[in-house]
Amino acid sequence: MAKGKVDINPEFCKSCEYCVVSCPKKCLAVGEKVNSKGYLYVVSANPDDCIGCAMCAQVCPEGAIEVWR
Amino acid sequence: MDKVYKRTLGIQEGVVSGFCPGCMHGTAHKLVGEVVEELGKLDKLVRVEGVGCCGLGQAYVSHDTIIAAHGRACAVATGVKRCSPDSLVYTYQGDGDLASIGLDETVSAANRGENFTVIFINNGIYGMTGGQMAPTTLIGMKATTAPFGRKAEEHGYPMHVCEVLAQLKAPQFLVRTTVDTPQNVIKTRKYIKQAFQNQIDGKGFSLVEIVTTCPTNWGFTPKDSITFLRENMLAEFPVGVYRDKDAGIE
Amino acid sequence: MAERVFMKGCEAIAEAAVRAGCRFFAGYPITPQNEIPEYMARRQPEVGGVFVQGESEVASVNMLYGAAAAGARAMSSSSSCGISLYSEGISYCASARLPVVVVNVQRGGPGIGAIQPAQQDYFQATKASGNGGFKMIVLAPATVQECVDMVYESFELAARDNNPVLVLTDGVIGTMMEPVVLPPMKSDEELAALKESFKVTGRACIGHPVGQRATCFPGSVGTGQEIANKEAEKMYATWDKDVRVEEYLVDDAEIIFAAYGISARISKAVVKQLRAEGIKAGMIRPITVSPFPYDTFANLDFTKVKGILDVEMSIPAQMRFDVDHAVQGRCPIQECRRSGGQLLTNDQVLEAARALIKEVL
Repeated sequence: MAKGKVDINPEFCKSCEYCVVSCPKKCLAVGEKVNSKGYLYVVSANPDDCIGCAMCAQVCPEGAIEVWR
Repeated sequence: MDKVYKRTLGIQEGVVSGFCPGCMHGTAHKLVGEVVEELGKLDKLVRVEGVGCCGLGQAYVSHDTIIAAHGRACAVATGVKRCSPDSLVYTYQGDGDLASIGLDETVSAANRGENFTVIFINNGIYGMTGGQMAPTTLIGMKATTAPFGRKAEEHGYPMHVCEVLAQLKAPQFLVRTTVDTPQNVIKTRKYIKQAFQNQIDGKGFSLVEIVTTCPTNWGFTPKDSITFLRENMLAEFPVGVYRDKDAGIE
Repeated sequence: MAERVFMKGCEAIAEAAVRAGCRFFAGYPITPQNEIPEYMARRQPEVGGVFVQGESEVASVNMLYGAAAAGARAMSSSSSCGISLYSEGISYCASARLPVVVVNVQRGGPGIGAIQPAQQDYFQATKASGNGGFKMIVLAPATVQECVDMVYESFELAARDNNPVLVLTDGVIGTMMEPVVLPPMKSDEELAALKESFKVTGRACIGHPVGQRATCFPGSVGTGQEIANKEAEKMYATWDKDVRVEEYLVDDAEIIFAAYGISARISKAVVKQLRAEGIKAGMIRPITVSPFPYDTFANLDFTKVKGILDVEMSIPAQMRFDVDHAVQGRCPIQECRRSGGQLLTNDQVLEAARALIKEVL
């Protein structure tokens, strides 16, 4: 069972990938779907590895990520 | 599980920012909202907004906002804070606004020790107007009005705002920081909180300079813009506390 | 009991502003209006107000913008070339619909001009005090008493319309002393109520909880600017009632002097002199130069009026164009002008009047 959980709002995400490179557990990845603005939004690719450290949310410029632990 | 990170009430619910992908204006907006929400003062918060990409913030933040003329935010904030001392006033300005057209207003407000907070976004370029040379553009860096790159002999050197203001006696707190990593975001949040707490305590002028990326006008992907920021921007603009009277840094 | 004192024009302007509730003043030194900021520097602390010597005119007017956005009654003063630097802030106040009062104690121009009195800023004051084609009520006092009354009233006009008001005076009136009756002091309670009502209208951008935020925006996005401009136009259209004009011995006049401010005072003396000689002279003095009393000129009986003498301390003449616009060529208009800080004299005006009389009577 994962220690943490992220909730990425697809509409807020602009695919800058700052969260992807900041995740210590490499949980996040650019997804395959686009949002209404045309961005390939980031998804939690390995949710089981999430430790809820919120590093992704810290760097996210768009306030798109909420984190549970 | 508990929610450990939530979107701040300082920015409007459900609203997507107008900033480009990877633009760190968004990070700065978020941090101001988080800090003032934590201080329980969102109802007292007044944003005095500069002109440029920071103008995209007025439709994004959730608190009272006064849009200033280009460069005049520190003068406008002087009027607001002096007439409404209970308000928590901050200016939000880019490098062209604060360090070129508004340098007089910035230096003079700092020199008077005006009791408000300045959030200064330094990305070395005019973003909104399309990549013209800013006072903080690096030597050799190309801009649409310096197509062959900035040359010291022609354009002078990048303007170092914290260092310039640190020559004055009045400012309480001057810091340069960045938000390229989670650690630096956390550090910047701490600085912004101190800058607002200084105002609440009546300590006077506090400025937080945040060195940020402009992927669009630098011509990089967001990820590459971070590399450029670390290798070039931070080499020219070293992060650090340039003045903190409470900590004895004069 | 009205308070009658002997005061210099600039100081009377400052005291009238304080009594009208002005609790924020920012300004930058420039002759011939320095007594206004100097007086404010002493007086504002006595009434719990704020005086700031701005680092420039540009900064001062933007401080005013901020003070007004925070709900304070705010005023600034400058002179001619300083007012040019104010144009940015005045335009922003007009666009954001902020009530501020600005006093122009005119000196020579263009450029740095001369520090002596002139009326060289008529077009700037009435037609284009900044970019964007906005309008302001512009009051033109001719005595120190009128300075007091008009400055006092200008705060009410500004608050009524949420628009800047300009008081257009000059270095003569600003620096001369006359006996004046001062208006009553607005109480702190009245001012607090005004500030509160201002907040409710959504203009004051302070103290709103999240979700009820106010924005002070000197412009707009999308179609908003056109909507705002149309709203402003509606407000300008209500100004017919605000037109003020002094008509002196106009009823049977064959020769009409057109003059405002200090030039009108000089012209009035000449009218009296001509009347003593049996010449039917009169004077029309626009008190509001914006809105301009076009109807007063347009409705003259041109079977009687043979000529108009436009008297201004401006070369080229400026108000003359508004007189022309109203008269539409129905009688000759001649000019009597001085400039660059040189005062009009009675003799010069008299001479110009005689030249007109010789031609048309």
